[in-house]
Amino acid sequence: MIEIVGLTKKYGSFYGLQDLNLTIEEGTVFGFVGANGAGKSTTFSILATLLQPTAGDAFIDGMSVTKNAHEVRKQIGYMPDFFGVYDQLKANEYLDFYGASYGLTPKEREALIPKLLELVNLEHKRYDYVDLLSRGMKQRLCLARSLIHDPKILILDEPASGLDPRARVEMRDILKELKSMGKTILISSHILPELAEMCDSIGVIDAGKLIAQGSVHEIQAHLQSEKVLKVKLAGPAKEAMAFFENDPLVSKLVEKPEKQSIEFLYRGTEEDQIRLLRQAMERSLPILSFAEEETDLEDVFMAIMKGVEVK
Amino acid sequence: MKTLIANPVLIKEVKLRFRSMKSFTGILFYLMAMSIFVFGFIFLTTSLTGSGFFRPDESFLLFSMMTYIQLGLILFITPGLTAGTISTEREKQTLNILLTTAQTSFQIIFGKMTSSIAFLLLMIVSGLPIYSLVFLYGGVDPLQIVVIFLFYFLTLLAIGSIGVMYSTIIRKTIVSMIVTYGTMIFLSVVTAFFLLLSIQISTLGTGTPTFSPFSYLWASINPAIVMLTLLQPGFAQEIQTMTAIELPLWVGYLVFYSLLTAGALWLAVKRLRVNMNKYK
Repeated sequence: MIEIVGLTKKYGSFYGLQDLNLTIEEGTVFGFVGANGAGKSTTFSILATLLQPTAGDAFIDGMSVTKNAHEVRKQIGYMPDFFGVYDQLKANEYLDFYGASYGLTPKEREALIPKLLELVNLEHKRYDYVDLLSRGMKQRLCLARSLIHDPKILILDEPASGLDPRARVEMRDILKELKSMGKTILISSHILPELAEMCDSIGVIDAGKLIAQGSVHEIQAHLQSEKVLKVKLAGPAKEAMAFFENDPLVSKLVEKPEKQSIEFLYRGTEEDQIRLLRQAMERSLPILSFAEEETDLEDVFMAIMKGVEVK
Repeated sequence: MKTLIANPVLIKEVKLRFRSMKSFTGILFYLMAMSIFVFGFIFLTTSLTGSGFFRPDESFLLFSMMTYIQLGLILFITPGLTAGTISTEREKQTLNILLTTAQTSFQIIFGKMTSSIAFLLLMIVSGLPIYSLVFLYGGVDPLQIVVIFLFYFLTLLAIGSIGVMYSTIIRKTIVSMIVTYGTMIFLSVVTAFFLLLSIQISTLGTGTPTFSPFSYLWASINPAIVMLTLLQPGFAQEIQTMTAIELPLWVGYLVFYSLLTAGALWLAVKRLRVNMNKYK
């Protein structure tokens, strides 16, 4: 289990993190969402024992990352957003080196390395120099490296960044497999639909503060202050436009003649929405359909980043 | 001890160093240059004197020259081998991953330093057969060779530690390299200048040398001067007269460079995980 308590990191007068509180249960996959500079990598660096917080602490399996850093390192597998590899080592030697760094015996390493390479689909590259691997392969090799000591917790900072769509799919499949193995995974990404698909819960961070936490559905509901409603009409839009314009919860009303529909932002609850539709029907407006536009996590995220009011 | 020898960083670095032909060709060219020098010296000496034989005092001269060549090699190559050990890892973005492994800061620093100086040590040891040619002609005490090699080892360790320390505390390899070479030049050249200056000051007015701890300090930390006292005990006597301090220079050298090595390694270990320092 990961527990973050009042975590704060200051860089001069700038707050990289501000009083971050978070609990991640064992065996769950937690996605960390935020724009560049929001504080994702700072949080991950602190959890990976690379950075000392200015205030607060984080606990991995009850061990403080600041006070028991050496013990914590044995429990986590860390993959940074940017990393280098030892070009002159072969893939198996690369893993062997890190295995030795975690104190595994040569016998243990010998048994483990083929399995890990198989897990990340690199068994055919075992004796190839790391230098010759593609970006996606290097990312997968780095993931295998983070698993060499069988850590309970994986901290993956943008593991799919810079990968082509195919490599991203491969990476996502591997992460799903790791999830099925019961690993606790903390992952950050900009590819939000993928996170939504994989994660049990998500945290949205902005300017060093956690602004929302919960399941993907909860986050969407929590963060969306306005939903987009689409009304398809069977007749002229003039009367319908006038009706919706008068509702105090409606804003940004737009007519879309090519689709014979109107769209607007609606701030009300579901009950308000029912009331609005009922009133429209009572006026005999030629409504064919009345629906809420589907928004994915990415839309929500973009809306937050554009400064849309948050509930 | 076993953990130190089975150090993963040391094993990996040695593997990488000897994977390329560069290291082997480096040793080959060094041995060829040494051989040309030694056999050239013997040839020239025997043919120029017309005697057709090599005298023990000429053998000793050859030994002294080779000793200084190797000292120069240590002073100029060690910074290049060690001053980029940690900063290169940082530049290649491999350091962060290394720091999240179960290895302690000491293990990482120790592995990095030993792997760097091991190459130079191998170079020096590989030159031993050429070095021992002087025994054919006499004039050199075998014990002297042992002492010289211990001196080399201490110097190598000290400069290596300084290089690793700078490499840890300075982010850029090029800057770390410049600072390490600067420190080495200070220890081997500037201290000699300071020695001359302090001797002048100590003899000022009286015309005879007086008690001068500064002169002793500058002399005892200068590798070339201490080396000379090991080769020529008469010169050690001369220094004692000039500084009015009885303690042999090698004792000062041993103490100073041992402390320097320990201090540099301690600082490197402390500063390796600099972002984990509480008040950073």
